[in-house]
Amino acid sequence: MRMLTLTEARLLLREPVALFWGLAMPMVLLAVMGWSASSIGGVPLAAVYEPIVIAFISVVFGVQGIPVQVAAYRERRILRRLATTPAGPARVIGAQLIVSLTVVLAATAGVLAVGRLGFGVPLPRQLAGFAVAAVLAAGAMLALGLLIGAVAPTARTAGAAGTVLFFPLMYFAGLWTPQLSATARHIGQFTPLGAAVQALRDSMAGAWPHPATLGVLGGCAIACAVIAARVFRWD
Amino acid sequence: MTAIEVDHLSKRFGAKVAVDDVSFAVAEGEIFGLLGRNGAGKSTTVDCVAGLRAPDHGRIRVAGLDPRRDRGELRHLLGVQLQESGLPDKLTVAEVMRLYASFYRHPADTDGLLATLDLTEKRNTRYRRLSGGQKQRLSIALALVGRPRVAILDELSTGLDPVARRDTWAIVTRIRNQGVTILLVTHFMAEAERLCDRVAILDAGRIAAIGTPAELGRPTLEDAFVALTSRRPS
Repeated sequence: MRMLTLTEARLLLREPVALFWGLAMPMVLLAVMGWSASSIGGVPLAAVYEPIVIAFISVVFGVQGIPVQVAAYRERRILRRLATTPAGPARVIGAQLIVSLTVVLAATAGVLAVGRLGFGVPLPRQLAGFAVAAVLAAGAMLALGLLIGAVAPTARTAGAAGTVLFFPLMYFAGLWTPQLSATARHIGQFTPLGAAVQALRDSMAGAWPHPATLGVLGGCAIACAVIAARVFRWD
Repeated sequence: MTAIEVDHLSKRFGAKVAVDDVSFAVAEGEIFGLLGRNGAGKSTTVDCVAGLRAPDHGRIRVAGLDPRRDRGELRHLLGVQLQESGLPDKLTVAEVMRLYASFYRHPADTDGLLATLDLTEKRNTRYRRLSGGQKQRLSIALALVGRPRVAILDELSTGLDPVARRDTWAIVTRIRNQGVTILLVTHFMAEAERLCDRVAILDAGRIAAIGTPAELGRPTLEDAFVALTSRRPS
């Protein structure tokens, strides 16, 4: 398992485009918001966008990255090849999830650092609550990605599905309109990224995230993972 | 001792019968060829032997193990070289070898294996940059890295030039001389004649003939193959 995880990490390092999107892009996005020096309701844009950008990271690696990786491994017969070895095909999927989770958390720390050092956004005041929210958000998106990858027949369809899902997920996270209408916000709190941004924002402000938001994230993670495990197409 | 036993194996996919009552046995240290046209049931048979598919009927033993029930143990004893690549483009030869060696309890010496398969020079080359012959040799190396007792080699020399094919044959002979039992899937009759102790010819999911290449080949194995399998599929 250790060798598989190291190998997957090595493979990710050899994908500069994916790394740029997942690692550099969120920091650039935050910096652009920070430099614009405007504010919404008295809150600087960088602070408004920080939780949104963190949610964006988990979508890039979870919903856009994982489905393509998993489907490509099936399509390229890598899972089938592994099925003939003592390692089996499931572990390499586990390795991909571990590597992605690690990178998501690293990118999250990077965004916090850019926000703090570049634009004076305070670090999360409720740090434990923030950590729980960040891990659950990443877990929910990785599990959703796993579910897409479990059934997508090809890497191409997996990528398309991930891209299609990106828009509604990020809409409710507030990527385009950080101030959603009351109705949209009402619906949004039941979507994983609406809940994620709410939980991250609360914990950054110093409150423990509302249990309902953590419940939505945990529920999404568990439901997607369980269904993915049941319907997974190994070849 | 018998390395592979297949008794009355049947497998269907929906209405299509892929393998129909196939039986054969491979002795330890033997090179056994599985011949047949495309769609004759070779790959399905091999998949069942490798434990990748569950048979509908019949009994299979590989080194005394049930490929489905004892698959965990079987994986350590059976090396498989599949038709398709099944490797990430961006890993180097040495990285793939090290990764696969890590799966097994008693792996072979990877440097020695790369030398045997004439891949030492390519150890730092990424998979994508290898030639067809080099990919094929790497695939054989991976099938052997766990020091298996039984190896399945599927379409070993498809897509190789004549020189690379001869090199691969020499490697297969060397592996057998180390005591590994080999199930060789091929549709090159010359390959079967050269390498196999015995062959089974599959036609439409059934065994049409089984024996040594010399017994079956009248006047050559290819003539026998064509005579046995050339009727139009019904």
